[in-house]
Amino acid sequence: MDDFIAARSQMALSLGFHIIYSCIGMVMPVFMAISHYKWIKTKDPVYKNITIAWSKGVAIFFATGAVSGTMLSFELGLLWPGFMKHAGPIFGMPFSLEGVAFFIEAIALGFFLYGWNRLNTWFHWVTGIVVGISGIASGILVVSANSWMNSPSGFDFVNGKYINIDPLKAMFNEAWFSEALHMTIAAFSATGFAVAGIHALMIYRKRNVHFHSKAFKIAIIFGAAAAILQPLSGDISAKGAAKRQPAKLAAMEAYFHTKEYAPLVIGGIPDTAAKKVNYGIEIPGLLSFLVHDNFKQQVNGLDKIPVKNQPPIAVTHYAFQIMVGFGMLMMLIGILYFIALLKKKSWFNKGWFLKMFIWATPAGFIALEAGWTVTEVGRQPWIIQGVMRTSEAVTPMPGIQYSFYLFTFIYFTLSVFVIFLLKRQIQMVPELYDR
Amino acid sequence: MLYVVILFLFAAITLYFLLGGADFGAGIIELFTSNDNKHRTRKTSYQAIGPIWEANHMWLIITVVILFVGFPTIYSEMCVYLHIPLLIMLLGITARGTAFAFRNYDAIKDEKTQGFYNHIFVYSSFVTPMFLGIIAGSALSGQIDPSAKTFAGAYIFSWLNWFSVSVGLFTVALCGFLAAIYLIGECTEVYDIKRFIKKAKAMNIAAVVLGALVFLASHFEHVHLADWIFGNLLSLAAVIAATLSLILLWFIISDKKNKQWIRVLAAFQVSMILISVGHTRFPRFVIFKDGSSMSLLTDHATGKSIDDLGIGLLVGSLFILPALGYLYYSFKKKDNGQAVEH
Repeated sequence: MDDFIAARSQMALSLGFHIIYSCIGMVMPVFMAISHYKWIKTKDPVYKNITIAWSKGVAIFFATGAVSGTMLSFELGLLWPGFMKHAGPIFGMPFSLEGVAFFIEAIALGFFLYGWNRLNTWFHWVTGIVVGISGIASGILVVSANSWMNSPSGFDFVNGKYINIDPLKAMFNEAWFSEALHMTIAAFSATGFAVAGIHALMIYRKRNVHFHSKAFKIAIIFGAAAAILQPLSGDISAKGAAKRQPAKLAAMEAYFHTKEYAPLVIGGIPDTAAKKVNYGIEIPGLLSFLVHDNFKQQVNGLDKIPVKNQPPIAVTHYAFQIMVGFGMLMMLIGILYFIALLKKKSWFNKGWFLKMFIWATPAGFIALEAGWTVTEVGRQPWIIQGVMRTSEAVTPMPGIQYSFYLFTFIYFTLSVFVIFLLKRQIQMVPELYDR
Repeated sequence: MLYVVILFLFAAITLYFLLGGADFGAGIIELFTSNDNKHRTRKTSYQAIGPIWEANHMWLIITVVILFVGFPTIYSEMCVYLHIPLLIMLLGITARGTAFAFRNYDAIKDEKTQGFYNHIFVYSSFVTPMFLGIIAGSALSGQIDPSAKTFAGAYIFSWLNWFSVSVGLFTVALCGFLAAIYLIGECTEVYDIKRFIKKAKAMNIAAVVLGALVFLASHFEHVHLADWIFGNLLSLAAVIAATLSLILLWFIISDKKNKQWIRVLAAFQVSMILISVGHTRFPRFVIFKDGSSMSLLTDHATGKSIDDLGIGLLVGSLFILPALGYLYYSFKKKDNGQAVEH
């Protein structure tokens, strides 16, 4: 395996796993705090039990997310020293703040997990909220660093030198808001659907129905609301990409030829050599409308971009289709949930209704991984859009493939363990949390 | 502002050594505990580090962030030439962090899986500080050779040498020593107190022996460690202070009333060692084979990045330090209520 490909694969793998651990680690505390609040207010013990059960999950995911995050902060340098040498001082601001937020999160989590019967009730509750807030803040900050790679600002690149560095400007680059918004909502919908799906399965199997129904409701309200809001933030992101990264947008759509009344292509198999998409469904003018708010205006295609600056088209296109497809599916399920909640309470006992959520358990994370692929693969061949190529950044050390194999092994082992532990948590619900 | 950042860098490294190191040490102590007593050791160390162990390891993150934002060339050079030890250290951190969390949060506590987590935990507790020490030793050893022509020359012998390895072992002994001293104060039963005092003494002897090994290795590897330390007043003073505090520690260790004092003395001793080495090589952070070096005073990020980093760290510590202080305080009140409620 080529060292460059190995380094890219290792980074993709590490981020792909870290993104799951950290999304769950940042959203679950919010669910936990809601349930905790309900317990303090209603004194219904089921909410306390849900809070404790979830907090175990949070601890497991936090620990896994913390170590995979530590690995990433080193991998940036281990794999991309050429990038970090120049980028560190420019986009380091969000990382320093993230270090602070993460630290606060760890402190607050220590209070929360070990604070039962030791701390004042409301102080204890607040520590849970702080875990959630600092977790989300960490997520936003890291995404802001990534958005700088997509939309670099806060420096001047003159004769191969990075001068006039302004870390704050770099942090608040043009893409940070849309990317942070899209990612945060995605974290809520993915985690909401995943957690709700697991509780739905337990309700379907008629195990501790009261416990699981309450837990299901908290998770799915967030998941469904986020899934319904997500297309709006997606629209902001797409418009931003059209403006700042036309190559990425064109690859997402597999849109080869610049023209007016640009069509939106749904599905299909891009044929890069022939510069067309086979078997796709074309909706004329819709891409123009999405990008420019009118059906006529010209959208720039891949023909405007030199081949050496184009991202891999097929991967970006497929990933985008998968993201949108699953996103739409979740939005639909989300709408059905709110209909059930407001008008059709009887659906909650129907097998098909629960099965729908059981099947949708991984949907959010599939969409999330696909979306992440669009962002990262769509940025290629650049590591800093338009400034530095990924190939210029890679480490000179040979043999990275072995490191890649090792990381693959570790991440798969870790994931197997996390699933194993969660299974045991759920298995023990009747004994530990809902006697 | 550069000096503020450097101060934070050294503070973060020292705190990581004292807090994270004691944390690694708990695993090292467990490794060197007889099977009959393992359970008791685990229980004590869990009570001691349970609530604070995540926070202890954040100092490493802070250290890394300061390095890559403030001193990007130093960070990237270290990442290139010390890739392999960094990788092994990362594996250790990962294995250890997850094993610790998993063994406490596994809903079913059967012997087989718990035993598996324990195994991973104790061995990675040994390996991780060992490689942290190797990395630190390598940065100072002058074996990093950017002009090396072979893979081994550039990426293996940069860290695999007697000096770095003995610094690694020395670090392990110091971590074990810190943990044993720390755990003495956590025990309630005389039996355990006696056990940890014995452990602390053993680890201390190991540290002294391995410290001598470091000097010996430095001689063979042509690292002028003795000249560095004995050649300047502050480093010499720090080493003497460490030795004196060590002697004092041996005198007062057996008395239970002194448990806070022996912690202070142990922490003082380790800090003095760090200060001694840090001061004698300052501002050089990484030394290369050809004698050139990378310096904290010249190889740093320019103007605004350093200023913003310094401000970020100052503001951040306003939030972190009181919260951290309160966390330590809250769980040291000795109520020893149920650690985790089921």
